[in-house]
Order: sequence, then C-alpha cells, then structure tokens
Amino acid sequence: MDFGRISRRHLLQGSAALTLGTALGTRSAFAADTTIGFIYVGSRDDYGYNQAHAQGAAALKKMPGLKVVEEEKVPETDAVEKTMESMINLDGATLLFPTSFGYYNPHMIKMANKFPKLRFEHCGGLWTDKDPKNAGSYFGYIDEAQYISGIVAGYSTKSGKLGFVAAKPIPQVLRNINAFTLGARLANPKVTTQAIFTGDWSMPVKEAEATNSLIDQGVDVLTCHVDGPKTMVENAARRGAMVCGYHVNQAPLAPKAYLTGAEWNWEALYPKFVKMLAAGESIPNFYRGGLKEEIVKVSPYGEAVSAEARKHADDIKAQLTAGTYTIFKGPIMDNKGKTVIAAGTDRGQKDPELEKMDYLVEGVIGATS
Amino acid sequence: MADGTIGLWTVPLAVFGGAIRVSTPFLFVSLGECITERSGRINLGLEGTLVMGAMSAYGISYLTGSPWLGVLAAGLTGALLGALHAGICSLPRVNDIAVGIALMLFGTGLAFYLGKPLIEPTAPRLPAIDFGWWSDVAQVRAALRINVLFLIGVALAPILYWAFRATRWGLLIRTAGESSDAARAMGYSVLIIRLRATMVGGFLAGIGGSFLSLFYPGSWNEGLSSGQGITAVALVIFARWDPMLCLWASLAFGGAAALGPALQSVGVTSGYHLFNAAPYILTLAIMIITCSPKRTLTGAPAELSITR
Repeated sequence: MDFGRISRRHLLQGSAALTLGTALGTRSAFAADTTIGFIYVGSRDDYGYNQAHAQGAAALKKMPGLKVVEEEKVPETDAVEKTMESMINLDGATLLFPTSFGYYNPHMIKMANKFPKLRFEHCGGLWTDKDPKNAGSYFGYIDEAQYISGIVAGYSTKSGKLGFVAAKPIPQVLRNINAFTLGARLANPKVTTQAIFTGDWSMPVKEAEATNSLIDQGVDVLTCHVDGPKTMVENAARRGAMVCGYHVNQAPLAPKAYLTGAEWNWEALYPKFVKMLAAGESIPNFYRGGLKEEIVKVSPYGEAVSAEARKHADDIKAQLTAGTYTIFKGPIMDNKGKTVIAAGTDRGQKDPELEKMDYLVEGVIGATS
Repeated sequence: MADGTIGLWTVPLAVFGGAIRVSTPFLFVSLGECITERSGRINLGLEGTLVMGAMSAYGISYLTGSPWLGVLAAGLTGALLGALHAGICSLPRVNDIAVGIALMLFGTGLAFYLGKPLIEPTAPRLPAIDFGWWSDVAQVRAALRINVLFLIGVALAPILYWAFRATRWGLLIRTAGESSDAARAMGYSVLIIRLRATMVGGFLAGIGGSFLSLFYPGSWNEGLSSGQGITAVALVIFARWDPMLCLWASLAFGGAAALGPALQSVGVTSGYHLFNAAPYILTLAIMIITCSPKRTLTGAPAELSITR
C-alpha cells in the first residue's frame, strides 16, 4: 500500500473542502445551514457565567439548520484569536460568540477586521463607533433581577442582615450589590448588606471562608457575584442560611435554601439574534436590556418565600418589565453619607453614569477599596 | 450576644475556625513533602497531585456513593503520581525539580480534562464530627464541626516526628537524605527508599486533595486548589523539614487565609487585598529573616538538590 499517495490525496481533498467551506462561509453571511461558534473562558457546566451562555447555545442547537460549535476554557489571550480562526476556517462558522469580557479588545476586534463579512457578538464589551461594523456587544442589566432578589431577601431575613460575596469592586459588581440592597430596603428599611470582596472571580476557599464569616456575623440570606456561585450556595445551605442565586438557577444545589436568583436569559436572546440575521436585518451593534428585553430573568421562587414577598416582588417585576420603574431614583446616599444621586434625578437602566458606579449605597457595610 | 451575633469575636473565631477548615490540605501536602524531602528528593509536583486527588476523590465518591472510597482513591492516585516522579528521577542525570514542575502541569491538566463531567454533579461529602456540642453559641458550634481527616493529620505530625527519630525506616529515610553513600554502604538501595518516600508523600498529598473536594469548600471545580499545593511545598522549607513545625505552619496559613474575609465581615474594609496576601507576606518575612548566604538552611537534608 502506498501510504504517501493516499495521504496526499486526502490532504488535497481536505484542503479543497476547507477552501470551499471558507468560500461559502464568507460569500453569504447567513445561509440556511449556518455554523455558530461559542467560546467560553471556563467550563460550561460551572453553575455560573459560562453555563448561562452554554444554555443559550443549547437553545440555538434546537433550531433547525443551525450547527453550534463550542470551545471551553479558552484564555483571554491570543489563544482566543486562534480559536476563532479555526472555528471560521475549519468549521465554517459565520457568527461567533466570544463570551468572556477580556476577549473583546484587541482579540475580537482584530478578527472582525480580518473577516469583515462574518458577524461577531461579544458579551459585556462596550462597542463604540470606532469599532468594526460587523462586531457588536450585548449585555444585560442584571441589577434589575438582583433588585427583585433583594426584595425577596429583605422579606426572608430574620436577623435583618444580608451577605454579598463579591469578586472585585468594579462597576457591574457594585451595581449588583447596590440594587440588591435597595431592593431589600424596599421590603424592610432596616436591612443591611454586608459585602465581602474575595479579590478574584474564582477563589473557592476564599468564597467559602467569606460565606462562613458572614454567617458567623448573623447574616441569614446570602447572594454573590463570582464566576461560580456553587461554593457559596452549598456552603451557606449547609450552615442553614438562605441564598439568592446568580448567573443561572442554582436551586438544584440547595432546593430548600434557594429563595430566588438573578439569571441571564441568553436562551431567549440568542435565538432572537439568529432570527434577526435570518430575516436579513442586522443586530444592533450596541445591544442592552433588562427584564423588559428578556435578557435577564428571575429564578422561580423557592418554597420558603412568603406570600407577601412574592406579591411585592411580582409587582415590582411587572413594573420593570413594563419599563415604568426606576431603581436608581434620587435621593440616594452612599454608605459614607454623601448624596450620590440627587433628589429628583432618575437614573434609568441605560444611564451611562450607572456604568461608572464607584460607590456603595447606604445600608451596605463594606468599602470599594 | 442575645441576638445571636458575636461582634468582634468573629475575627479570632474565624481565624481559629479557618485554621481548622483551611489548614488540612496544607497539612497533608506538607507532611507528605516532608517525608519525600527528608529522603533527599524534592517533589514540586504535589500541586498536581493535590488537584488530581481532589478530582479522583470527587469522581469516586460520586460514582460509588462512598466518600471514604473517594479518599482512598485520591491517596492511590497520589501514590501513583509519586511513583511516576520517583521513577523518572531514578534515571541518571534527571533533575527532580524540573520533573516536579512537569508533573505539576501534567497533574492539573489531567485533572481538568478528566474532571470536566464532574463539575456539575454533587457527590456525597465526608461527614463532620460535632465537637461544639458543649457550646450554645452557633458560631462556635460551626467552627468546631471538624472533619476526621484534620484529626488524622494532626495525629500524623507527632507520629512522623517520633518515627523520624526512633524507628528503623525513619532513620533509613534520613540516611538516604543526608548521605546516600552511607545508605549504600549499609546495603540499602537509595532509589528504592526514595521511591517509597515519594509514593507515601504523594499518597498524603492526594488525601489532602480529597479534603478540598469532599469537605471544604466541598465540590470539584478547576479553581479549587488555587496554588495551595505549591504553598504547602514551600511550607516544608519554612518549617525546616520538621513535621511538628509543618503542623503549626499549616495552622497559621489556614488562619491567615480566614483573616481577610473575617476582617471584612466585621467592617474592617480597607486594605483587604493586603490581608488576603497575609500568608505570603508571612512566608517572605520569615524567609528573609532566616536566610543567610554563609550557610545552608538548618535542618535541610544534605542530599537535596537545592542544598547540595
């Protein structure tokens, strides 16, 4: 047998198929038989950020004519460019979702310039007019769902002390802590939220220690903003505290302790994106939304949530969904006694000032530095 | 007190509780490494062993429903990785530190690869023994819910201390570590002694890993170790190759890890990055205070490649 010839022939066939695939892919930006690439920074069943995106990808897999390719644990370095190139060249992906924050600039921008006919959608980035037109960024105002969690937590706490295990004091995290606290104080004005920053997105031992110290301080309802809430949820439930989840529904981990939670709703958004493209429309380059736009959602209430809490939370949720409610409505003081939003000022969900948040509101015990 | 809070007492209690909760992996890895290094070899791969141990313990516990089988599997995985390290190192002109770094990457990589399907499921955990029954303060009771692995580790330290001094195999390990020529002259194979010492070291490190995934924090994920294995290897030098000092050093590191979150929980919120770095600052300080260019570290086995 002549192995040399066979392998050469296979090589030729392979490269022909490849060129064909690439050519087809670039010619029509959206055909009936489309491949979509998803790139995650961590593992896609982490009960957290990555799982939320993977659920969105799973929703696309169910749609006819779509092929989804996924790669996990891609670092926020040149590696993600290589992954994108291989998804484009080998799998013929025409729509890419690099989902982690650090993928955006320069990596995704570089790829979007290199493949101007393909579409790139990034979660969390800030698309500006200077960026390529075939790139886009989307994100959700998950603080709206945190606000609802806060209301439920405010009704459920007996000690009046809530706990928040946070990764880093960046604006998105502070906004979640503040919304959670404002919601809780709507239910019970005396409630305080103790925030602990672990210093990084995934620090299981620190998260467990933070959970334990909060409970030692008398905290009886906890929530978090870290990449994988599993550690906090399991450890808090073991200590008999209640939890509000984050990213995805963690109720299976602690069915009795789980009150509700702030979840991403990518499984509603991604099919929407694909339908826009299929209809020949383009996805807005800068896409944002909250409960109303179905980008975020609230977990179903756990059995421990009282009827009163459900009623109040549902009422506010309905107003947020209708777009008639403002969470950051002045006067709001920070926890040092300074007025951060003056009386009469309404900062709606899209207000760019909120994306620069660097304070903790009154009622939060903790500091941003 | 009446409202169930204990105010500032949280900090010492959290440091105490943290010393018990967080120290066990440090303790097992450092005791294991102590045995290996006393025989004259450094196994830097214990970070990989710890992570592999955590993963295999979780996997076996999930599949069989018995966390104790998981602990055993973690130990055996660790011993296997130890044997691999010792086997490669017994080849001529192989650097044990380089092999250790390779095995550290191999162990973590393999654990992440094999552990992928284990991130989502919940495995049965090791039980805790309630030593706080006498207290009516909930926080004290929680801090005193102690896992039996911690007790085994605490008992192991004095046993090892005694064994190094008074037993035949303890003396053999030390002979191999201090002067391989002497061990050879006595008719013993240094390579076999080191193989066994490295396997026992790996076994203990694997068990340390099982504590991480099966007790505290108590689930398998990829950030689980966050460098605890490599910290524990450094602890051995810090503890001057003395098992009893390994115990105190592990407890200090465990307590220090709890300090940052505990201070934040009572409202000391400035400079938490500094408190989070406390264990490492402690190590650096002690290393600087005790180092000297004129002599090797006291207590260092003479055959170690770093002292030779």
